[in-house]
Formats: sequence, structure tokens, C-alpha cells
Amino acid sequence: MIKKTLLTAVIALGMGIGGTAAYAAGGEQHIEDFDFSFEGPFGKFDQNQLQRGLKVYTEVCAACHGLRHVAFRTLGDEGGPHFPADQVKAYAAEFEIYDAEKDEDLPGKPSDKFPVSNDENAPDLSLMAKARAGFHGPYGLGINQMLKGMGGPEYIASILTGYTGEEKEQAGTTFYENTAFPGGWISMPPPMEDEQVEYDDGHKNDVHHMSADVSAFLMWTAEPKMMARKHLGLLGTLFLGFFTVLLYLTNKKIWAPIKRKDA
Amino acid sequence: MAGIPHDHYEPKTGIEKWLHTRLPIVGLMYDTLMIPTPKNLNWMWIWGIVLTFCLVLQIITGIVLAMHYTPHVSLAFDSVEHIMRDVNGGWALRYIHANGASLFFFSVYIHIFRGLYYGSYKAPREITWIIGMLIYLAMMATGFLGYVLPWGQMSFWGATVITGLFGAIPGIGPIIQEWLLGGPAVDNATLNRFFSLHYLLPFVIVGLVAVHIWAFHTTGNNNPTGVEVRRKSKAEANKDTVPFWPYFVVKDVFALVLILTIFFAVVGFMPNYLGHPDNYIPANALVTPAHIVPEWYYLPFYAILRAITFDVLFLDAKFLGVLMMFGAIAIMALVPWLDTSPVRSGRYRPTFKWFFLILVIDFIVLMWCGSRPAEGLVPLVSLIGAIYWFGYFLVILPVLGFVEKTTAVPETIEADFDAHYPPKKD
Repeated sequence: MIKKTLLTAVIALGMGIGGTAAYAAGGEQHIEDFDFSFEGPFGKFDQNQLQRGLKVYTEVCAACHGLRHVAFRTLGDEGGPHFPADQVKAYAAEFEIYDAEKDEDLPGKPSDKFPVSNDENAPDLSLMAKARAGFHGPYGLGINQMLKGMGGPEYIASILTGYTGEEKEQAGTTFYENTAFPGGWISMPPPMEDEQVEYDDGHKNDVHHMSADVSAFLMWTAEPKMMARKHLGLLGTLFLGFFTVLLYLTNKKIWAPIKRKDA
Repeated sequence: MAGIPHDHYEPKTGIEKWLHTRLPIVGLMYDTLMIPTPKNLNWMWIWGIVLTFCLVLQIITGIVLAMHYTPHVSLAFDSVEHIMRDVNGGWALRYIHANGASLFFFSVYIHIFRGLYYGSYKAPREITWIIGMLIYLAMMATGFLGYVLPWGQMSFWGATVITGLFGAIPGIGPIIQEWLLGGPAVDNATLNRFFSLHYLLPFVIVGLVAVHIWAFHTTGNNNPTGVEVRRKSKAEANKDTVPFWPYFVVKDVFALVLILTIFFAVVGFMPNYLGHPDNYIPANALVTPAHIVPEWYYLPFYAILRAITFDVLFLDAKFLGVLMMFGAIAIMALVPWLDTSPVRSGRYRPTFKWFFLILVIDFIVLMWCGSRPAEGLVPLVSLIGAIYWFGYFLVILPVLGFVEKTTAVPETIEADFDAHYPPKKD
């Protein structure tokens, strides 16, 4: 029996491992392991951090990047930045959104989505926190991802903080050295400097903190239902765990006469 | 239904008799549920129920997802995000469906290796085994087609690579590939037909599963001893078996719920762990991902595909790899005729046990190889792994049957069961 259990465990482990194998990006990348509030099974989005992150996004990232999957109305959702309805409305109205019916740009409504990227080299950021894995391996075994998470928001934050100040010109394009970017050279210029964004809540606004805040915000844009998901996970495992115990006892009782044991 | 003698359904009331003479459906259900089952089945016999559950789960979640999904190259990716953001509970459905595929394959691999260890494929269960292999093939096809639907980078490039395999067939390959794709490259026609087939194949699997169950309900279950249930009389059969309901239904459901607890933890806390980040980037025909990998459940066979890096005579490496990959699956279907041992269960085959253990490790190593870029030692290890895979089925199993000294097999299932759970002396 032990042997068989062991065998199952070996197979199980093997399958878990293969899965995350993922894409062995260069080992020279340095991804800092930020300590986000939403990590782990019980981690939650920090509403204030998401609100600060939105401010950084609006004042810095939105100059080039877009959030094509994110509707303004979701800024008011529970489990997200959770802005009051009037603030969502006012925020949306700051944007000019193209209206296909009237063929003109109109002030945004909560039902509209964020504008798309206005620079073709600037990728859309809606899903960036899930489209990148900051943590790999070791040796494609998926253990780091299991322990630390996939590392999407860490990747974003590490890019923002990973500039060394070196730059080079290649075929007419300037590249900036970045310790987190695969290959080490990125075409995005360093987007922020210390104290660039004034926080309403007086939170520290050096590049490191702003990077963490906007990365948390982008994790929310990528996975807006994370809180509901973890809630379901918790309820599901608790319920099923309890149900498992009941079934274990039932099974034991039913088999007792067959196995000649006392129930 | 033929098979082990047992009590059959007897309609008692008028309405039962009326129905039974017209449609013996209650009798069919009764016989299916009350089938005498070897009482010594261990925990490796629970995966059938888990797999049946997975099939139903995938069909139900899949049908609802299809209500919100749009199979068009310019809308597919957005419609998946629409499901994740705007459809009530859509994120849960999609994560359950995506991880459900992983649970499905995880279970089927244990189920298959269970069969390989206990000799469940041997006479008279060859048909059950072959139907099982067909189900597995259909699952592979369905999983692949489904992975293309979100139209992310890995969807697109996975489709390009896998359909390219057919293009490697000399002569007619390119024609077949174009026929599969519905055009010269992966495009809207491909996405549409993949969606259509992804919807169709699960129902083919349902049909195959019915035949799979029918076949082993005729032969009876195998069991850890590999000794057949005595079926001369009902009294004799009763000593070796207990009815499926309630004994195994409760046992299997207990195991299922335990597995689902873990499954729910994965869905709730790490739903993207088994996926690939690149698939959250919309498909782009102009940008090739740095490293194209299939989902984890295809990796062992993907490693075998890539293991061949050299031409042999007039066959080029790519085509040989394709032959090896499909051959690696086909060879499993032939195992009933490759294993020459008169002893069914691996439990009584001391040498076989070691080769089997190496096969399991081989499978895991191949899985790892499939996930790595084909550089350094990976191609060599893949090649060795592939050679062992074929060697196990083509050389070891046929030869071992003649040379192996097996240990004593219990007379009856009852004897084996009593050895574990001795009768009370009073």
C-alpha cells in the first residue's frame, strides 16, 4: 500500500512539475520579490493601493499604454478600487472616447472602456500582470511559481525599478538598460522619477512605492475577480473538506462488516 | 448482460411491470449499479469515477462557456475576457473548465498506469483497453482544440506547430495540413472548425465511455490480484465480490470529493499555475513566442516528437518524430498482445515491477524534457526516454513473460481479501 501511495505521489508530483515548466527566460533577469497584500490564499487587494495605482497609471502609463479590456464602471466594484459612483463618473468624463455612432469623440461614460494604447510599441496593459511570469524554475520544475506565485506584478514592478541609467542607440532607437527585462535592454524610457505623482493619502511616492502601487493596480485590471475567486476557493475547500470527512466516516462504516471490523 | 452471476431487477408493482415489458430501463440501471465488484479493489480503482465526473463537468461548463464565446479571430480573445469580467460567475466557469482539463488528464494518466501495472489490458479485457485508448486519443484532440479557442499566443502557435506535424508527412502532408486548417495558415477558418469539433468530440467521448463501461461490465472488473471472480454460481461469486452500490459508490465518491477539495484549492488560489502566461497575449501571427510549449499533459509525447533530431535513410527528422510520437501512443494500444506473461497483475511479477517503475519515471522525465527548450542535454535525455518507452512495450514486455520467475498468485479474490482482513476467530 505504501509503495502504491508513493507511486501515486511520484506521478502526481511529476505532473505538477511539468505544468509550469514554462518558458525558460534568461537567468540574467532580476525580478525582485515584492511583498504584495494580495499574495497567498488569504491575500486581499489593498483598496488604497489600487486607488494610488490608478493615479500612477493615469498620470504616467496612460500617456502611451491602454487598458482595452477594463471598463470604467469596474473602478466602482467591490474587491477593486471601489470608488464611489460619482467619482467613477467624474473619472470617466476626463477621457475623450470615440463614439462610432456619432462619429466623434465624447466625454467617457462609466460604461465605456479605458482608451487603447496610442503608441503601437506600447502594449495594452489590461492583462500584463497575467501575461508575464516573473518567477521561473528552478530547472523548469515550477517550484518557485508554486511558492511565490507566477510573479506577474513583480515583473512589472521590477521593470519600473530596474533601470540602471545606461542607454545605447541601435538602428536609430534608444534602448535603456533594465535588469528585469529579458535581454537587458528595453525601448521604454524610464517612465517615472521620485515624487512625480502626488498621492492624495500622503503615501510615500518614490519610484519604488509608485511601482508597487501601479503593479498592484495592474494585477487588479488583469484579475478583477480575484477576491471573489479566493472567497470561492476558501468556501469550496472548507465545504468539500467537511464533506470529505463525512464521506470518510460513511465509507468506513459501510465497509466495516465486509472488512470484519467494528464500525 | 452476461458476466458475473448476480441478482437481477424484478419488477413488482403493476406500473413497474408495465414499463419493464416495454422498456427495461430500470433493469439496465439496476444491473449497472448493482454489478458485482471484486471486494479487494484498492484506491487505484477510483479514477474511473473521477474521470466520469470530469467528463460531465467539462461538458456542462463548456456548454455554458460556449454561450458567451465568439469563435472569430478578431473577437475570440475579447469574448474570453468578457467571460472573465462581465459574465456572472464566468471567471469561475472558465477557470474550472481550464483546470478541469488538467484534472481530467491527471486522472487519465493514473488510470492508464493503473491498467498497465495490474495487467487490466490482458484477455479478456482487450476491447475495454482499446476503447480506453480511443477515449484518450479523443481527449488529446479535444484538449488541443480547446486550447486554441482563447486565441492567445500559445493557442495560435500551438495550432501552427501541431497542424504542422501533419504537414511533415511526405507527399500528401501539405494537402492534409491545408485541409485541417481550412486554408494555407492558421486563421479564422481554423478557429471556426476547431470550435465546432471541440464541441462535438466530447459527445463522441460520452459514446466511447458508454462502450468502455459496457465492455468491462461484461468481463467484470480487474482487481489488484488479477485473479478472476469465480462465476460458477451466485454463491461463489458473492464470496469474491460486493455490489457496486453502496460499497464502491461511497468509496469512490469519498475519493472524488477529496480530489475535488484539492481541485477547488487550485481553481481558487492558483488557477493559472498550470497555464501559460503567453496565452494572455492576443494571437499575433507576426511575433513567435520565444519558446512554444503545449499544455503539460502533452509534454511526454512532445518530448518524443522532438527527440528525433537526425534523418534516417530517406525519412527526415521531422517526419520520424511525428511517427514516433503517434507510435508511442499506438504502441500502448497494442500492449494486450505484446505482454506475454501468463500472470496478469504486476503484484506477482518481481522483475516487471522494476521495469514498470522505470516506465513511470521515464514518463515524468519525458514530461520535463518536453517543457524545456531543446538544447543542452534535453534532446539526448528525450531520445533515451523515447527509446525506453518503445523498449518497454516492444522488448521488455514480450521477453519478460518468458524469463521472469513470478511469485505465488492467490487462489481466489476471497483468499486475498481474507489475508488483509482476517475473519474473526470466534
